[in-house]
Amino acid sequence: MTISFDKAFGIHQYTIGVRSQRAEVLAGNIANADTPGYKAQDLDFSSALSQAQGLQSGTTELMRTNNQHLAGASAMSGTLKYRVPLQADTGDGNTVDLQQERSAFLENGLEYQTSLEFLNSKINGLLKALKGDQV
Amino acid sequence: MSLFRIFDVAGSAMSAQSVRLNTTASNLANADSVSSSVDETYRARRPVFAAMLQEAGSGQPGSEAVGVQVQGIVESDAPLLKEFNPNHPMADKDGFIYKPNVNPIEEMADMISASRSYQTNVQVADTAKQMLLQTLRLGKG
Repeated sequence: MTISFDKAFGIHQYTIGVRSQRAEVLAGNIANADTPGYKAQDLDFSSALSQAQGLQSGTTELMRTNNQHLAGASAMSGTLKYRVPLQADTGDGNTVDLQQERSAFLENGLEYQTSLEFLNSKINGLLKALKGDQV
Repeated sequence: MSLFRIFDVAGSAMSAQSVRLNTTASNLANADSVSSSVDETYRARRPVFAAMLQEAGSGQPGSEAVGVQVQGIVESDAPLLKEFNPNHPMADKDGFIYKPNVNPIEEMADMISASRSYQTNVQVADTAKQMLLQTLRLGKG
């Protein structure tokens, strides 16, 4: 019997990637809180996750029939959406609500830690199975 | 690993906010610098922030977060304060002195806003650091 890490880690190996990507997008929003004309963005989590899973299994790569073809691996494009601003006009075209972004960043960080915890316990389970010396 | 990009993004925001703090400090320091002509008078300075466009080709797929850059510093064209004060050593031949168009109250509010934004970005970088450290400890128990 072989141990399939892909099966053992389940969905958490993908969620952690999407969470880190979301952290990056939210950090960009917070960084641009004072930039005129900047529009706040966020990840569409479910489509980003399904894309991440698709990418991992290699189904969304373009076929290359020639060595000179560019690798057409699909990025997370299309999953990034603009946030609907709570306040209609801030005067300078900026739609970042700092409080909203900060709490989203905090929430995302906690969710990232949760995914890490899940992965940790999966790894511990695997280690236990490998050692097999548990009394 | 896109968590590393957070340091770039937060760092760019921190440097932009510190430029903003610098201009505020300069404005407040020169709030009372009088001069004897319109051209020589200090004018309030403001940084212009712009979202940093991702360099083509260098970005990894899926890293869409954008940093901030200071596009330039502009001088306010609000009217200067012209004051009739013939006894002032800087007075021109008609007895006028010119004071900068710096509004100290506005500057103080701007200073607080800039330092709060700076703090927020430090916290973002700190959270990203903790997330990375926890990821590095993955599987170690």
